[in-house]
Amino acid sequence: MKSNSISRRTLLKGIGAIGTLKGLESILPSYVWANMLNVAIQPPEISGNVINLTIAETPFHVDNLNATAITVNGTVPGPLIRLQEGQNVTLKVTNHLKEASSIHWHGILLPPDMDGVPGVSFAGIEPGTTYVYQFPVKQSGTYWYHSHSGGQEQSGVYAPMIIDPIEPDPIQYDREYVVMLSDWSFESAEQMIAKLKKQSDYFNYQQRTLGEFFLDLKQKGWSATFDNYLAWARMRMDPTDLGDVTSHAYTYLMNGLSPATNWTGLFNPGERVRLRFIQVGVMTFQDVRIPGLKMTVVQADGQNVQPIEVDEFRLGPAETYDVIVEPTEERAYTIFAETMDRSGYARGTLAPRPGMSASVPQRRPRPLRTMEDMGMDMSGMQMDNMEANAEHKSMHIHGMDMKIENPKLPSVEHHIPGMHNMEQMSAQVNRSEIPGSTPVKHGPDDHGTGNQVVPDSTRSRLDEPGIGLGTDGRRVLVYTDLKSLHPYPDQRKPERELELHLTGNMERYMWSFDGKKYSDAKEPVHFNYGERLRWTFVNDTMMEHTMHLHGMWMHLENGAGEYLPRKHTVLVKPAERVSVAITADAPGRWAFHCHLLLHMDVGMFRVVEVSDVVPHV
Amino acid sequence: MRTFAQALSGIVLVIPLSTGFCVPGVSAPSTTVFLPTPGAYFLTASTTQDNSDGQRLAPNNLSPPKDWPSPVADEHPNLFILADVLEYRQNNKDSDFRWDVQGWYGGDYNRLWFKSEGERNTALKADYDIDAQLLYGRFIKQYYDFQIGVRGETQIFRGKNVTRAHAVIGFQGLVPYNHEVDFALFISQHGDVSARFVGSRDFLLTQRLILQPRFETNAAIQKVEKFSTGRGLNNIELGLRLRYEIRREIAPYIGVSYDKSFFGTADRVRQEGGNTSQIRFVAGIRLWL
Repeated sequence: MKSNSISRRTLLKGIGAIGTLKGLESILPSYVWANMLNVAIQPPEISGNVINLTIAETPFHVDNLNATAITVNGTVPGPLIRLQEGQNVTLKVTNHLKEASSIHWHGILLPPDMDGVPGVSFAGIEPGTTYVYQFPVKQSGTYWYHSHSGGQEQSGVYAPMIIDPIEPDPIQYDREYVVMLSDWSFESAEQMIAKLKKQSDYFNYQQRTLGEFFLDLKQKGWSATFDNYLAWARMRMDPTDLGDVTSHAYTYLMNGLSPATNWTGLFNPGERVRLRFIQVGVMTFQDVRIPGLKMTVVQADGQNVQPIEVDEFRLGPAETYDVIVEPTEERAYTIFAETMDRSGYARGTLAPRPGMSASVPQRRPRPLRTMEDMGMDMSGMQMDNMEANAEHKSMHIHGMDMKIENPKLPSVEHHIPGMHNMEQMSAQVNRSEIPGSTPVKHGPDDHGTGNQVVPDSTRSRLDEPGIGLGTDGRRVLVYTDLKSLHPYPDQRKPERELELHLTGNMERYMWSFDGKKYSDAKEPVHFNYGERLRWTFVNDTMMEHTMHLHGMWMHLENGAGEYLPRKHTVLVKPAERVSVAITADAPGRWAFHCHLLLHMDVGMFRVVEVSDVVPHV
Repeated sequence: MRTFAQALSGIVLVIPLSTGFCVPGVSAPSTTVFLPTPGAYFLTASTTQDNSDGQRLAPNNLSPPKDWPSPVADEHPNLFILADVLEYRQNNKDSDFRWDVQGWYGGDYNRLWFKSEGERNTALKADYDIDAQLLYGRFIKQYYDFQIGVRGETQIFRGKNVTRAHAVIGFQGLVPYNHEVDFALFISQHGDVSARFVGSRDFLLTQRLILQPRFETNAAIQKVEKFSTGRGLNNIELGLRLRYEIRREIAPYIGVSYDKSFFGTADRVRQEGGNTSQIRFVAGIRLWL
């Protein structure tokens, strides 16, 4: 493919008398003012070599409710920064808050003191002061930036950053939109943490009740139902625990607009529209689809990937995907971003003309965690949620995967150790080995009191779409689909492997690595400068987490051979082990953490140090 | 209620901010240039060291200045106060009431606990029975707090007031099958040993309508007449409360409470002219902040 970029900016910039709208809704960025007039345009791009940003409190409205947001240059999301690969950029960030603040450039390769993590990269930006970030722009793609101070990210300090490539863009498109998903709350992240520490299911209003119990009795029979309920009660866990914070506290926004306000992007039928999806949602995984349109994923975390056509993809906190859609009909399409726990959704519209909208799909029923999410040994063949519904069963017990599906309930896949189904086998020609394809027994270490349980074993689940997906016939993006467009230079095999366990105590709302929160493990994780290493994340919890490494790429070891995709944020499913290869080419101290803001803030955080000398043990 | 809770959570938040986040000085604009050549380190602090002996910079040279804040606030203490029972109890001539309040202040592992139980129980003739504990709690074994501390107990009966102090060793947490349990052993200043066990479980009828069976029992090794305590099992109290969570923190409830005294304790209650067994309807509010 060759680039065209038919003057896409001039095409879209002309529309809309932005100035007249300023007084109307000054809090919203211009792509939202556009919506107020039902005209969709590109956000105003701040570009150039010197960019000024101001962090301050600003009144904010969500569905006629008043709140105070913390904003960058007065809007939520903040202004889109558009840079050119190869330029040097100076970003002057002034803090007008009463507390310290910061901006982290998410996914950007830069010097460590420009990375914007208070306590790791610098001291933070004190009230009334300006910090000058300066770095050469050495990459291209869709990124974003956000505060790394306390709960400011949830309160509105986030915005897109797009870097145009030096080389012609291999992705062809006529029109583009940033689709930034976020979770807005009228309470602060700190208030949420306080509540969860006191009652860990505080926000979950989708728990199993007496009514559901009776329904299960009727549908599954007495023995299966009692076994299931008692098993969960015995473990002191809740199968409806799909997210710590739900729509009870969040309104899910698309480009800063609620579902009712309906952000709209315009297109002319036949155009190729590039949608740059960015998940800001600090505690929210969302499943994105556009009923009626196939989406071709062309970029993941700012890095071009071989195009893959899907119906739906899951976007974890801090991940980004760029997709191309080609609406040919003269009608509106709904962009539907349902939360993983199905408690809410964000919604917007693609339409040929302003004011149009398409029907908004029903949310699917919330799935349930299974024993597989607990990493239970399947040798005993303990079937959680197993249905007696014969017509939906497809069991291939003899050496093959077992898949039990029911339209109403999440499918349960029980992989028998060491076995793959035929499809996977044939696809594995020209693919590299996926670390963890064979389940790995958990060691004797239970990670202490800060960790509630350990799974019997963990394994790669990269080929699974994730809980609540993949059972309704939609083609859902999985991590094994991601292949870089071109091989990256460093093709060395990892010289050594580090293993990190994702741990937590959900009952007490504690999150940690290897059972230790950051304040109990301030000693950095050491990478030898220049080495190629494998870092394996072992999720001992039954929740999804997104691992974010600052300063360096993580090459997802998903079996793509020399086409391993690069990610800045990697989603790790319950009881999963995921390996990434890292080229430790960025000397200095870097943050590494779960990008679920509340998890990070209670201690799921480490410092990674890239240096020459192995620290004294 | 909400503003009170907010005010309190505000207090909690302020404390660590004043200790952990005092970042002195102004972050000076940095204009350093990144040179990604091997061995060239990027130091924000001015601690560059000589590496003439071929030894490259030791990792601790990369350590951040001491005055930088913590990147995360994982040592934030919290304050929790729960009135699990706070209720009026129906009685023919007098109005009885009862409370069971507890809470903690602290972090994940170390907490300062306070607990208070009390009642006005005209049938038992000890008009008021009030109990307060102050405990240190250590988080152990994934689900439990091991507690140690002191307890003061006072009973008021026809204007007479008796008081004693105890040492407390307790154990509290969530046992398998989701039962909240609270067990404590008390040794009074006179060496009398007694124990208390409380267990409860929540059943969700709907997302907000919750049924809570609750069981409490007291036992003693020695007979202590002054406190109407016999040897062995003293009493049991069974409660069934149906609450509606207007929000998680505020839940009015109705219910029924059955209590019965046994053995020496029952004898003592009879001597005083009380009822050794009673069923009462209750109405109250469960609160936490």
